[in-house]
Amino acid sequence: MKMDALWLRANVIKTIRDFFWERGFLEVETPLLIPANAPEEYINPIITLPSWQLQTSPEICMKRLLCRGHQKLFQISHCWRSNERGSRHLSEFTMLEWYRAGCDYKTLMVDCEEMLQHIAKTCIPESGYFEYNSARIDPFIPWQRISVQEAFLHFGQVDVYDCLRKGLYEEILTSVIEPALAKFDAPVILLDYPAELAALARTKPGDNNLSERFELYLGGLELANGFSELNDPLEQRVRFEEANRVRSNIGQAVLPLPEPFLDTLAYMPPSAGIALGIDRLVMLTAGTDSIDEIVAFTPEDL
Amino acid sequence: MYTVADLKKGLKIILDGDPYLVVAFDFVKPGKGQALYRTKMRNMINGSLLDRTYRSGESFEPASLEERSMEYLYKEGDHYTFMDQQTFEQVVMEEDTLGDAKNYLLENLKVEVMLFGEKAIGISLPNFVNLRVTATEPWAKGDTSGNDSKPATVETGYVLRVPPFIEEGELIVIDTRTGEYSTRVKG
Repeated sequence: MKMDALWLRANVIKTIRDFFWERGFLEVETPLLIPANAPEEYINPIITLPSWQLQTSPEICMKRLLCRGHQKLFQISHCWRSNERGSRHLSEFTMLEWYRAGCDYKTLMVDCEEMLQHIAKTCIPESGYFEYNSARIDPFIPWQRISVQEAFLHFGQVDVYDCLRKGLYEEILTSVIEPALAKFDAPVILLDYPAELAALARTKPGDNNLSERFELYLGGLELANGFSELNDPLEQRVRFEEANRVRSNIGQAVLPLPEPFLDTLAYMPPSAGIALGIDRLVMLTAGTDSIDEIVAFTPEDL
Repeated sequence: MYTVADLKKGLKIILDGDPYLVVAFDFVKPGKGQALYRTKMRNMINGSLLDRTYRSGESFEPASLEERSMEYLYKEGDHYTFMDQQTFEQVVMEEDTLGDAKNYLLENLKVEVMLFGEKAIGISLPNFVNLRVTATEPWAKGDTSGNDSKPATVETGYVLRVPPFIEEGELIVIDTRTGEYSTRVKG
């Protein structure tokens, strides 16, 4: 099983590379060891040398490349998040990120459709569908788009802002909303998140409470997270400081701010960027429910 | 103390005063959200199952459980007494706690008793025990009914299906994991 899974994994990664190369994206490599990630409330970086940490995502460096004038970028790299381990999580995992200048999150949704259809055609030509928890997900039928608030009202009969206030957001999302999304035969895009759940995203024009952020779900499995990028350095600093304030309240270390990123953010054109978990995409392609099945080694194997 | 980061299948913790075994565990973390630690746990005293979800920062008291070799002594009402042959310490267990294990308890049988503090909460039996048949119908020669087994009662009072050729007074081997007849003890 594992030997086949590694061939499939290699094929998925090669297919992703071909997909972006054919569309004129520049493949980049940015440093994995950095002085500062974007501070987030609930993501803990792995601190290595004093004042250096492993990247939790390549987004800081990739956005700095947008500031230098690059238009279309992609990267496949390893990311690390401390103490994340489960059937869908590894502390060290493989992330695909891509960025587009001059676009918003709607363009990324189209990219997702085209890429998943291309992967299904190339990597699983016999079946043509993805599989998770014995659900089949067909990328060739029309994709569903549901706003976060609609999803909470419709599937949970609750208001998402109410859930956030009461600290029930994660519980309702994972025990009610995600199982409801698992019933769709097509991929589902959950979009327009409450602004407090999108520290690096632009808010919707005319509505400061909503951000232009979306998540892609297949069979109830969260696969990708994309948004229209915030490019206001003052607002970004406020949000980073707010994240650190929450961290301090819950007893987590306050993290250093990525100052050179904040210094150049004003030069970033309107852009959109997205992160997609390659391991989960391989799980969906292989039709397995466990991330352990599609990596060469788990931490426990080492 | 354990933290949520220690949670995994097989961990034993104390919850509301009872020892629990973690039988299923998953780490759940929606994008940008807080981590949830989903567990399914079995109460090691009454066997009931429990679903619990925890968040970062919660901690657990480890359940210290000890397994000790003891001998079964005797039964009084529905109380069963066991003794540690080294220390001569005795523990008593109720029939409900023993479950099916009571079917194989013959005086002087060596078992492993699971202790939670002072309290005995379960026993592990040898995989096979020898018990004598005390009652069964004789084998009707020439029986063409096609039955390839018949009921038999062994000395503990347990009733099971045995092959037709087994007779009263014979010693048979029973698999305690399935409760089924395994073979006949010859000689």
